[in-house]
Amino acid sequence: MASPLPLKAVPPGAAAAPAAPGAVDLRADFEASGLPEIFDQLDREMVGLAPIKGRLREIAALLLVDRARQRFGLAVGAPTLHMSFTGNPGTGKTTLALKMAAILHRLGYVRRGHLVTVTRDDLVGQYIGHTAPKTKEVLKRAAGGVLFIDEAYYLYRPENERDYGQEAIEILLQVMENQRDDLVVILAGYADRMDRFFQANPGFRSRVAHHIDFPDYGEEELLEIGERQLESMNYRFSPRAKAVFAQYIALRRGQPHFANGRSIRNALDRARLRQASRLFQREDGALSVDDLTLIEAEDILASRVFAGASDRETPS
Amino acid sequence: MRVTQGTFSFLPDLTDEQITAQVQYCIDNGWAVNIEFTDDPHPRNTYWDMWGMPMFDIRDAAGVMGELASCRKVYGDRYIRISGFDASHGWESVRLSFIANRPANEPGFGLERQEHDGRRVRYSTRAYAAQLPEGERYS
Repeated sequence: MASPLPLKAVPPGAAAAPAAPGAVDLRADFEASGLPEIFDQLDREMVGLAPIKGRLREIAALLLVDRARQRFGLAVGAPTLHMSFTGNPGTGKTTLALKMAAILHRLGYVRRGHLVTVTRDDLVGQYIGHTAPKTKEVLKRAAGGVLFIDEAYYLYRPENERDYGQEAIEILLQVMENQRDDLVVILAGYADRMDRFFQANPGFRSRVAHHIDFPDYGEEELLEIGERQLESMNYRFSPRAKAVFAQYIALRRGQPHFANGRSIRNALDRARLRQASRLFQREDGALSVDDLTLIEAEDILASRVFAGASDRETPS
Repeated sequence: MRVTQGTFSFLPDLTDEQITAQVQYCIDNGWAVNIEFTDDPHPRNTYWDMWGMPMFDIRDAAGVMGELASCRKVYGDRYIRISGFDASHGWESVRLSFIANRPANEPGFGLERQEHDGRRVRYSTRAYAAQLPEGERYS
């Protein structure tokens, strides 16, 4: 093409100049696709995860450029959008998958933009001949949207060679290859086990274009997540409770079975429980809105994490 | 003789693209989509065999079209129809039904006259195809 794409030529907010014939305005495309809202929402609602947000923008850019190329009749390889999300528990894989469905829908790569979440149980049957209809049923439901397979490595059980998981894998692979415009498959799971899963099923590795790794959250990020969760439930920390909760996070992170965002949510649920019983046991009857929304330091300090019971499986 | 029944029956046969659009219309209205087949073309034959379950929880026509393709693979020589069932209160019935597949050769119907008391005549129609046992009619 003679003229460069005016991607940077139009500053945001400037009146969009009518695109010259034979040119395409990517920024206007971007605005028109409704993606800015989704990315804004992503930034607002999801703490941290900078590498992933960057990756999503890259994917969106690629899809937009592909669409622009298509308009000029340039060769466009049908994009493979299947992804794998790896990361520790509670790092936001499912939440992001939901967002992904919305993004792909805005870009027009999936027709409906709904998310179907399944695990091994939904795909693999219990006896011979049970697996194929089950898997196909799920694929039918996911058509036009995103199929999210949580803990995908359970599909493959090498220790049992007659396991029906292999059958589900074969059907999935076939659909991932042949019906790329009908649905996008996202596989999710813990990093090390997913690696082993991909090694054992090279077909999957080659059909999954985007491998996205979710890092663990830092302590400040976890604190922010906690605050946002409280806020969405109409609660808030007292200043001291916030400091104590930061301590709690530092302690809890060192303990086994720490599940990032999910552990935070559970801790907050328990703090709400304690707050409720504290309010209930109070002598003076009248409670203000403030009392009802405030989480005090003692609600968190009562946690067993502070008692040093670090070897317990489920600290409460 | 070309059998006509259901919606669009006097139009040329729907293409797959058109069928997809109709199915999507059913889904968007919240109707359960069914695939049925038969090899008895008599107009009073209302109970056709179902291909699989009614599809209640599908969001996109691609899922139904996949089922239609596999039904055609097995019963491509029979009539296949797609119907949209509205389960909402007050309707509880089929809202849309059209033929999505028909045999290559449709021999049509013969008119039978049965002579009856006092020179009266009773008429009935019989599909020529239905004279053969089920399963051999169009193959």
